[in-house]
Amino acid sequence: MSPWLPILMAVPVVGAVVVALLPKGSDKLAKQVTLLVSLLVLVLTGVMAAGFRPGGDRFQFRAEYDWIPSFGVKFAVGVDGVALVLIALSVVLVPIVVLASWHDADGVKTADGTLITPKRSVKTYFSLLLVLEAMMIGVFAATDIFLFYVFFEAMLIPMYFMIGSYGGAQRSYAAVKFLLYSLFGGLLMLVAVIGLYFVAKVDTRTFMFPELIGAIQDPTTQKWLFAGFFIAFAIKAPLWPVHTWLPDAAAQAPAGAAVLLVGVLDKVGTFGMLRFCLELFPDAAKAFTMPIVVLAVISILYGAIVAIGQTDMKRLIAYTSISHFGFIVLGVFAMSEIAQSGAALYMVNHGFATGALFLAAGFLIARRGSPFIGDYGGVQKVAPVLAGFFLVAGLAGLSLPGLSSFVSEFMVMIGTYQSPAHGSGALTVAAVISALAVILAAVYILWMVQRAMNGPTAEPVKAFKDLNAREVLVLAPLVALIIGFGFFPKPLLDVITPSVKETVTNVKVPVSTIAEKGTGQ
Amino acid sequence: MESEIAQITQHTGGVIGSAWLMIAFPLLGAFILLVFNRFTNRWGHLLGVAMSLASFVVAVLAFFELIGFGEGERRRAVELYSFIPNMNIDMGLLIDPLSISFALLITGVGSLIHIYSIGYMSHDEHRRRFFAYLNLFVAAMLLLVLADNYVGLFIGWEGVGLASYLLIGFWQFKPSAAVAAKKAFVVNRVGDFGLLVGMFVIFTTYNTLSFAELKPIVEENGTTLAIGLLLLLGACGKSAQLPLQSWLLDAMEGPTPVSALIHAATMVTAGVYLVVRSGAYFFPEGSGAALAVAIVGAATLLAGAIIGCAKDDIKKGLAGSTMSQIGYMMLGAGLGPAGYAFAIGHLITHGFFKADLFLGAGSVMHGMNDEVDMRKYGGLAKYMKVTFATFFIGYLAIIGFPLLSGYFTKEGIIEAAMEHNQVLGWLAVLGAGITGFYMSRMVFMTFFGKKRWVEGAHPHESPLVMTLPLMILSVGALFLGGYLVMGGTLYTFLRPAVGGDPTPPVFHFASVPGAVTLALVAIGAAYAWMKYGRAEVPAVQPRGSFLTTFARRDLYGDALNESLFMRPGQWLTRIAVFFDNRGVDGLVNGLAAGIGGSSGRLRRLQTGFARTYALSIFIGAALLTGALLLVGTI
Repeated sequence: MSPWLPILMAVPVVGAVVVALLPKGSDKLAKQVTLLVSLLVLVLTGVMAAGFRPGGDRFQFRAEYDWIPSFGVKFAVGVDGVALVLIALSVVLVPIVVLASWHDADGVKTADGTLITPKRSVKTYFSLLLVLEAMMIGVFAATDIFLFYVFFEAMLIPMYFMIGSYGGAQRSYAAVKFLLYSLFGGLLMLVAVIGLYFVAKVDTRTFMFPELIGAIQDPTTQKWLFAGFFIAFAIKAPLWPVHTWLPDAAAQAPAGAAVLLVGVLDKVGTFGMLRFCLELFPDAAKAFTMPIVVLAVISILYGAIVAIGQTDMKRLIAYTSISHFGFIVLGVFAMSEIAQSGAALYMVNHGFATGALFLAAGFLIARRGSPFIGDYGGVQKVAPVLAGFFLVAGLAGLSLPGLSSFVSEFMVMIGTYQSPAHGSGALTVAAVISALAVILAAVYILWMVQRAMNGPTAEPVKAFKDLNAREVLVLAPLVALIIGFGFFPKPLLDVITPSVKETVTNVKVPVSTIAEKGTGQ
Repeated sequence: MESEIAQITQHTGGVIGSAWLMIAFPLLGAFILLVFNRFTNRWGHLLGVAMSLASFVVAVLAFFELIGFGEGERRRAVELYSFIPNMNIDMGLLIDPLSISFALLITGVGSLIHIYSIGYMSHDEHRRRFFAYLNLFVAAMLLLVLADNYVGLFIGWEGVGLASYLLIGFWQFKPSAAVAAKKAFVVNRVGDFGLLVGMFVIFTTYNTLSFAELKPIVEENGTTLAIGLLLLLGACGKSAQLPLQSWLLDAMEGPTPVSALIHAATMVTAGVYLVVRSGAYFFPEGSGAALAVAIVGAATLLAGAIIGCAKDDIKKGLAGSTMSQIGYMMLGAGLGPAGYAFAIGHLITHGFFKADLFLGAGSVMHGMNDEVDMRKYGGLAKYMKVTFATFFIGYLAIIGFPLLSGYFTKEGIIEAAMEHNQVLGWLAVLGAGITGFYMSRMVFMTFFGKKRWVEGAHPHESPLVMTLPLMILSVGALFLGGYLVMGGTLYTFLRPAVGGDPTPPVFHFASVPGAVTLALVAIGAAYAWMKYGRAEVPAVQPRGSFLTTFARRDLYGDALNESLFMRPGQWLTRIAVFFDNRGVDGLVNGLAAGIGGSSGRLRRLQTGFARTYALSIFIGAALLTGALLLVGTI
């Protein structure tokens, strides 16, 4: 029993309670407490992660408590490499988001100068943020599938309020759409979770993930249960064609909430696919590989093409994410170690890259009150530092080699290309088609940069101030991570790879006949 | 087999062991200049120059250490760190005759252009940022040529693309510059798609992307042909070869030193480097892939030359000429080891004389209030003597005036081409003739004839900081070619890295193609003299024939791209956006409404009763959960 993970979850919960109980009007204190708590969680996670042994037990820092004994539900936590890096991603992003959101809960300014007042208080916003952090840690750490499900659903609540109460003009619509989609998927998953509980061939009924691996043998049962999990995760990720809630939610959410939504919450979907869909239902996963790969490739290209046509910056970034999630799903289902390691790495890198882009766009939007690209122009001239950060974040979004996203995208594509999973060569074709996205990505990012940052300076832009110290402090660590992992991805891969290998073993992927180096077949 | 390339030896210690310093110096320079921002404004340019020079010094020392080894041991690999452990990809450098030749060119000519830029950019308030980008470029370009594997090469490859994007768009407040920068990046990405997929195939087939682990091939098969063609696509993008040439002319929006360094001397030659580096693996002599390279080269050398004939903008004229000269290099790179030495030789001499010409053009512009229209020049020889003299040397070198640098390397390519394929050879001869015409036209329009200046022009010679680099470059334009080609100096030096027979090809001073080339060049120059030297040049561009219009419009390359890709792409985007807003969303909304009860509720949801609705769904979900749990236990 290791106390680490329960502590990591408890600290933000306690912080949230403290922040919520602060007297009215102490907004600044609420922000400071939130920042401190999130930094404390970051430090604690760092200390814990230092004790993680790659290649050791699959699940480390395990802790188990009985929760609902009559159903065998346990509060069981533990992390493998993939879960660890995603928890790390979450706890890195939260303090950055807190700092970035310093004024997010004060209301949204529109282009004509009116203020959309938030429905709830400032301290509630930061309290919700900490609750969300605890749940993000919980969802990745849960090794009991029922517990996972609970976190999966419960996470919706703080996010729902962050969008619905603090967002832009259409926040109610966006928040409800987000909630409806997620609940619909959640219900399907719940049915599958319960089904899994009853049909699994285990000695005593349990929701414990490690005991359920290989416990479903019947192919038809596997397929039905797989579908329940997969649809929930596909909505969460989101995958085409159930993606339309994301652009609305991301565009209406305050920039900080959008970062956590796209950067972390959506990853629960792809994380779930990699862990649960593949390992619990390997035969079904293999049977459904081709349709899912097709959906992934459509997402990659469709997301990119629709992104090119967007006029709203935040919607544009949301669509680029749909394209990137397509890559992650492709990597997960390519059934090769390289592609799956790449997909897991992609989840982390995408969090940093898209986080940086959303935040830089958020800073820009805060100066003008308009999310529309056409309302800007020539920002580079008046705010070169802002423009510079925006460009670097954008370049990470187009997977420029030397920046972190490239390594993961490269691994996904090359792993898919050479995957032996489908002898027909269909995966090879999928990899080549998806590589077309490198061209489209250049168009959607650089065209946005050209319209917003270059050219003659638009009249309202002339009064822009460049980034202040707080804003630089938000973006600089992200850019440092993006460049650092771009040239040195090994620390992350060393943690990710052993647990992906476990997945590959459990799925029993056919191993490719590897040619001797340099000689061809 | 004697023609095989030498084995790669692992190397530690010495200057070569620290070759990463070559990349680190300019990278550090870029980092300091960008991060410390305006605090470095006063001395930023000096730091930029110093970092570039430091890199040059390391390159020179590494060169001397390298030639201290025996010929068979001149391919030294230096391990740096493990990059992608899952794929066994390590980051490392390969110091061999090919890469060190490039490193010397990049840091040598690069440093001269850095120095020149001190003067050229002296009035620009963002000069510090300019030097940051130049440093960034040098670092990326060195990574491109020094990496010992395709992934490292690719990082440098896109890194120079980024630097090029930043520098073309250096004056990004001009919409034309911003558009040109984006265009260059996007078109390059089309080529990068080829290089990327090429790497997929290489890794899948050979399980490695490292040059040391790949084995030279003897026979071409379908796979190597596919790889070769994919790599060629990448090369076409970076080197502005047909059909991906269209970005280079627009790239002239960048400051002139950028055009000289990136879009003439170094970056655009990366495609040639890629082909020659991959030569032994995927472009064996006489293979289909090699033939494709040669054909692309021959087609582009003509296209570029024709475009060069019609341009009145001095920089665009030079850009057409760059396309054309790289076409020659590509042609040489498609001829196997015999052509490689001449291709690389031409690449090096071109680096000198083209940088000389571009910087000369910059010097002219500097004295003419940034005027680029040659119709508004005329008679400038008297007013800028050093610029004229150095430009004239560069001019003689590029048209292949006997015994100057360009003569040796270009003739070498023509001769090698003749041996392989007469048609390609004669196309190259024809291209040389056209070069004689358009380059003479440029010299006559700029430096001779009557003054056609606009009011307020006070042409003056540039300061020494600009003319000194010109003088050094023109010395290279005079003698370098002879030194590299005579006695097979470069051929013998490069042989361990690129292969080839032990005996270097002999350079023939008297041959039929050589004589025809000289005659055509003379005719071209004479015709240019008649039209632009002796006759008066109209200050306004005359209408011109169908052929002239064709050339002025860059052979309708842009029009073709627009109708084939841009417009259909725009329509596709519009349709997709429309479909996304109506189709997908409508369908799913409808589904959700169906589940919830009626579409009337959905409308309510959208008009404000959202929370009540959500709450009811949530309660419903909770009830369902409870029911399922209950039923399950019973």
